[in-house]
Amino acid sequence: MTSARRKTYGVKGAPYLFLLPATVLFALFFALPIGYAVWLSLHKVEVKGLGLGKGAREETWAGLGNYTDALTDPELLDGALHVLGYGVIVVPVMLGLALLFALMLDTERVRLAPFTRLAIFLPYAIPGVIAALLWGFLYLPDVSPFYFVLDKLGMPQPDLLDGGPLYIALSNIAVWGGTGFNMIVIYTSLRAIPAEVYEAAKLDGCSQLQVALRIKIPMVAPSLVLTFFFSIIATLQVFSEPTTLKPLTNSISTTWSPLMKVYQDAFGKADTYSAAATAVIIAVATLVLSFGFLRAANSRNRQEEAR
Amino acid sequence: MSSVASTKAIPAAGTTPGTVQGPPQRRRIALVPTFALLLGALYCLLPVAWVVVASTKSGRELFSTFTFLPGTGFADNLKDLSAYRDGVYWKWMGNSALYAGLGALLSTAVSAVSGYALAIYRFRGRESVFNILLAGVLMPPVILAVPQYLLLAKVDLTDSYASVLLPLILSPYGVYLARIYAAAAVPTDVVEAGRMDNASEWRIFTRIALPMMIPGLVTVFLFQFVAIWNNFMLPYIMLSDDEKFPITLGLFTLLEQGANTPALYTLVITGALLAVVPLIALFLVIQRFWSLDLLSGAVKS
Repeated sequence: MTSARRKTYGVKGAPYLFLLPATVLFALFFALPIGYAVWLSLHKVEVKGLGLGKGAREETWAGLGNYTDALTDPELLDGALHVLGYGVIVVPVMLGLALLFALMLDTERVRLAPFTRLAIFLPYAIPGVIAALLWGFLYLPDVSPFYFVLDKLGMPQPDLLDGGPLYIALSNIAVWGGTGFNMIVIYTSLRAIPAEVYEAAKLDGCSQLQVALRIKIPMVAPSLVLTFFFSIIATLQVFSEPTTLKPLTNSISTTWSPLMKVYQDAFGKADTYSAAATAVIIAVATLVLSFGFLRAANSRNRQEEAR
Repeated sequence: MSSVASTKAIPAAGTTPGTVQGPPQRRRIALVPTFALLLGALYCLLPVAWVVVASTKSGRELFSTFTFLPGTGFADNLKDLSAYRDGVYWKWMGNSALYAGLGALLSTAVSAVSGYALAIYRFRGRESVFNILLAGVLMPPVILAVPQYLLLAKVDLTDSYASVLLPLILSPYGVYLARIYAAAAVPTDVVEAGRMDNASEWRIFTRIALPMMIPGLVTVFLFQFVAIWNNFMLPYIMLSDDEKFPITLGLFTLLEQGANTPALYTLVITGALLAVVPLIALFLVIQRFWSLDLLSGAVKS
């Protein structure tokens, strides 16, 4: 009898014990830092007297001051515009290519599909920093094959790391690194479509292109929404690529992207309070944008289903 | 995996499904898609091909000979790289292996035990625990990394191996995957049978459930390994002693110093090549069973 009681007790307590490591880690490395960031963002340091000695620097309540400062900071606005320009190129080009390649892999009588699929997926294995570094060298006139060809042809040689081309140069790194992963996600859901779906279309004499446009794309819409969702989040968080290219050009400032600004504020200027406020703003913007998109996509789906 | 992809093709119009096609019959190749895919493959392989060739060039050849013409300096580059600051490059590689290997192992262990608990037991607060953990996926790393640094600084843990390892152990995505795998791979009858035999809950987990979850856990491990190996921001924020740098951060600092010193370019290039070789090798070995199934599991559910 006692052993039975002990056993049920064991079963009841087990899941909580099993979840203990995750809970502790979550509290220490997720909940606590987020709470601390919010706390910091609402405070500032006041310096008394000469600011020397213990107790001369005191943390005081700042209300929403750090937030209004951050939101009116021209550097953050510039950063937001940079990311907007970058995202407008990266997201459509990357997902467009991913969809195109996935559809082509799923076409009949395509040759070398396993090889090309693997080659296009390969950049996923390469860290963003190293991808940026490789492309950075390919953008440098001294070592780049593009410039070599342009030079031989006597064509003008644009500076790829300045002005408008800089956006293309940076976007290219993200497109290169992300297309394969998204292609695989879309391709996987294409392959989940049962073959019978196509047979009716075949009998009706639809061409492969029509099948792709009318059947395949609508059927993989959910995975397109998912890839879009993750691409938006990743784009807003862009950090390592511009940071890596920075040593190669003067056109990338230390605050080029909002995340770089957070880093610069926190460690360059040692102003953790405004850095925390900016980080919270970016986090909220990311969540609002990505979930806003998800909701919009869902409600459109529902409307279409209702029709 | 690759054979599945190429044989999936539905019977072309005009052929009767099920009948064996005659002697090697020439089927028309879909030219446009094949060509477009080859272009895509070329684009993706270009920087990799470039770094392979460029790493063979001596500093002088790098600036004077045609980009894709192999040079003669690979052995020297390798020697220079290994000699750079008493072999700090290999230290970085070792650090990356440590961070990614140990980090992914711990992460998989935590994911396994949490995913199992969430999948098998019915208990109060199960869904809220799961949802709160999952919300962690959506937290932008920046809102975590800066306060993590400040908090670790208070306990004097910044600029240590632990500062890069600890924050990455809990992977919400790993817990999510492990829960799905546990629910799919571990039948509740088996767990019940274990209880009938008076086995403790822990024993049931380690002896019965864990072996069933292994294929899924390999996936979690690989995902975490790549994620930690590729992580840049966390070590960039946490570390200042370059003896503890992972390879990504090490190469970045090398580039930073080398940007104005073309003599260091060959070191950066050779270093970049050697840094991607293990990942590409790992990738080629595992992609056979990895690329599609793993992602499909994640996407479908």
